[in-house]
Amino acid sequence: MAVEPILELVGISKAFGGVQALRDVDLALAPGEIHGLVGENGAGKSTLMKIIAGVHPEFGGIMRVRGREVRFRASRDALAAGIGMVHQELSIAPDLSVAENVYLGAQPTNRFGMVDWGAMRRGARDLLSRLGLEIDVDAPAGLLPIGVQQLVELGRVLFSGAEAIILDEPTSALSPPETERLFEVLRRLKAEGRSIIFISHFLDDILRISDVVSVFRNGRKVVTERVSPAIDKGWLIERMIGAQAADLEESWMGSIQLATPRDAPVAFEAVGLTHAPAFRDVSFQVRAGEALGVYGYMGCGQIELSRALFGKIQPRRGAMRIGGQPARLSGAAAAKRAGMAFVPESRRAMLFAEEPIYRNISISILETISRIWVKPDRERAIAAGHIQTLGIRAPGPSTRLGALSGGNQQKVALARWLTRPPRVLVLCEPTRGMDVGAKEDVVRIVRSLKEQGIAVIVLSTEPETVLSMADRILVLRRGEVVREFADMAISKEDLLAAA
Amino acid sequence: MDAASATQSRPPLANRAGRWLSHRLRNIAPLLTLLFLILFFSIASPSFTSMGNVWNILQQVSVTAIIAVGLTFVILTAEIDLSVAAVANATGIVVAFFTLQDASVAIANLPLPGPIAILLALAACALLGLITAVGVTRIGIPSFIMTLAMMQIGAGVSALLVRGQIAYSVPPLITTLGSRSFLGVPWIVIVAALFLLVAHLVLTYTRFGRYVYMVGGNREAAENSGVNAGFVVGAALVISAVCSGVAGMLGVAYFGSAQQNEFDSYLLDAIAAVVVGGTSLFGGRGGIGNTILGLFVLGVLNNGLDHVNIDSFLKILIRGLILLAALVINVYAEKLRTGDRGAV
Repeated sequence: MAVEPILELVGISKAFGGVQALRDVDLALAPGEIHGLVGENGAGKSTLMKIIAGVHPEFGGIMRVRGREVRFRASRDALAAGIGMVHQELSIAPDLSVAENVYLGAQPTNRFGMVDWGAMRRGARDLLSRLGLEIDVDAPAGLLPIGVQQLVELGRVLFSGAEAIILDEPTSALSPPETERLFEVLRRLKAEGRSIIFISHFLDDILRISDVVSVFRNGRKVVTERVSPAIDKGWLIERMIGAQAADLEESWMGSIQLATPRDAPVAFEAVGLTHAPAFRDVSFQVRAGEALGVYGYMGCGQIELSRALFGKIQPRRGAMRIGGQPARLSGAAAAKRAGMAFVPESRRAMLFAEEPIYRNISISILETISRIWVKPDRERAIAAGHIQTLGIRAPGPSTRLGALSGGNQQKVALARWLTRPPRVLVLCEPTRGMDVGAKEDVVRIVRSLKEQGIAVIVLSTEPETVLSMADRILVLRRGEVVREFADMAISKEDLLAAA
Repeated sequence: MDAASATQSRPPLANRAGRWLSHRLRNIAPLLTLLFLILFFSIASPSFTSMGNVWNILQQVSVTAIIAVGLTFVILTAEIDLSVAAVANATGIVVAFFTLQDASVAIANLPLPGPIAILLALAACALLGLITAVGVTRIGIPSFIMTLAMMQIGAGVSALLVRGQIAYSVPPLITTLGSRSFLGVPWIVIVAALFLLVAHLVLTYTRFGRYVYMVGGNREAAENSGVNAGFVVGAALVISAVCSGVAGMLGVAYFGSAQQNEFDSYLLDAIAAVVVGGTSLFGGRGGIGNTILGLFVLGVLNNGLDHVNIDSFLKILIRGLILLAALVINVYAEKLRTGDRGAV
């Protein structure tokens, strides 16, 4: 390449303890380039970005910014060198105004040393309008839609003078129009000559926005290629997993046939569940052995709905029946007693990182295996069985949970409810942030649960997840059920169009 | 994972030793402190190492020990109980209130048979604990604030019952347990040891104990597993109040009197014992073993300072500095645990 890269990495390696996270990775980012990064979880993308952003100061290899060798000790150093990062988990201060968020930590002051509110508002307004965002900069940032908050954070990084911007999974929480707007902004930044590293699990997004794409696998960079019509999803998946994508062609890539099992008894029924503004008048039935999908964009109310189904919030109106019996779920413990089980969208809200695997699994069935005294041997035996049948990659049941990869942790979370199967299993975003292989495993587990006669409710913002698991699909929009798909062929496009 | 890859992912030896040390810092630090203090005072004062002084130390930490047992449960669930000393004081006064006092004591009290007085006192501390539990788990008041209020309530109960007077009599059973010996061993030491033993068994080997650790480790995850986390926290608070109550009754017998504010120093001592011992202030880590270590560190320190003839006002400052050091290590240990590894 003729132009000098703004950022160049040569032979980067990084190990955590004895685990080699990155091996000899080369990467170059040209000015005005959007560089897509793909790879399964644990492939090393995040580690590399953290090195670039100064989060991990210790690493092997050479990093150059505009030809000068650098070594960042903190993210502050990276920012000073013109490299900014927008993390997946936004760091917006929700109670501060948009303008304050943009200028966080760098408020303009007047000659008396007081915050110059006027300059701050004007500056924030100018900056955000350059991003195509016409919003009230005095509004609390927490009230904005997630996609706008993300742009505000991007604005903050830009304001600090970043030439190269790393975006980690920026589209995972966005609706298609929001994604479109983000891409609009990225193209504009690119035209200004700024460079962008774009990390995503959404291969369609990567292919649409990137000029160049690099694929990571097992801590190595497998390939860097200019995006062209010859590069498609199959091509990427093939290189991500190192196998023929054709074998893994999932049924949802075309259209799938929904079919409701009609002879099974109704395991769960919701009637007019209302908890405004999160969700309104939600009614549905799920039969034993059936998987009901609930699809909708981020913020459509499915998170709150899942909480209500496990007694964590009490809907203001409406009723639930479990196995035909009216059920009042006054809390999580009551919900469990009534036969409900729940896997929330965040693993942190589900698992005990510091505890061994077996305790993570036995926690929900302790009362059935021990009246007073705990029986660790029994717990370990149960866990060992799950490790085997679910293919959890771990040395043994006493391994600390935090040492497992995300996908394996998710399997542990599911294993928790398999020892004593519940009547109804509520899964919220069961495959979020997981690699292709682990997703397949989770789909398989859910299928076997259905065969045992468990009613499964899958709530997700990812159409693939819902399509790969559900027998019937509800579409939630702004807290209301707007569409039901049953007994028909349906494709991802149908689902996206309905939401 | 097969054996080969398990071996491969094992860090080098030196690194592993470092990790092992850093993960056990919360156990090692108090142990080293204790050994250092024992060594220091043995050299500094010949009277420190006598057998009689060992019994002294054990007796001196017993009341703190019984309070610290309950507090260990609370801190393990990642909550705090600031009312322990006030509840101990109130319970000690309640049991004296229901005991026939000498004619010279001008308290309008209500003499009842000893066993009934004891039961009423136990009921009183359990009730105070229950109120705390309801405030924290039902109403949702942070335990720090709720128990601060309960501290004042306990002090109020104490004040109202004795009205500035001092009561001396407690039921015979309490007198025995608090101030007599059995085969040369002070009863109060036996009671403290029993409390520690039972609490250790409960925390380590029972389902409830497991819940205490899991709720303290990650309350939301425990709830999402169907554990009634509110009940666990509430139970820990009630246990704490009852332990404090027992300590208060025995303490009154041990001191030989029941009056206002006589347990004030026990709040800091009990918290210090638990935290110096290495139980995590963030919950879920530590246990009775740590509390025992902490009790010995405090006991040896307090007792040893008396033996080396040090300015008694300086003693107060030294105790504060020791507590600060323990807090630093406690927080540092937590960072070491979580810093070098991926989160969930």
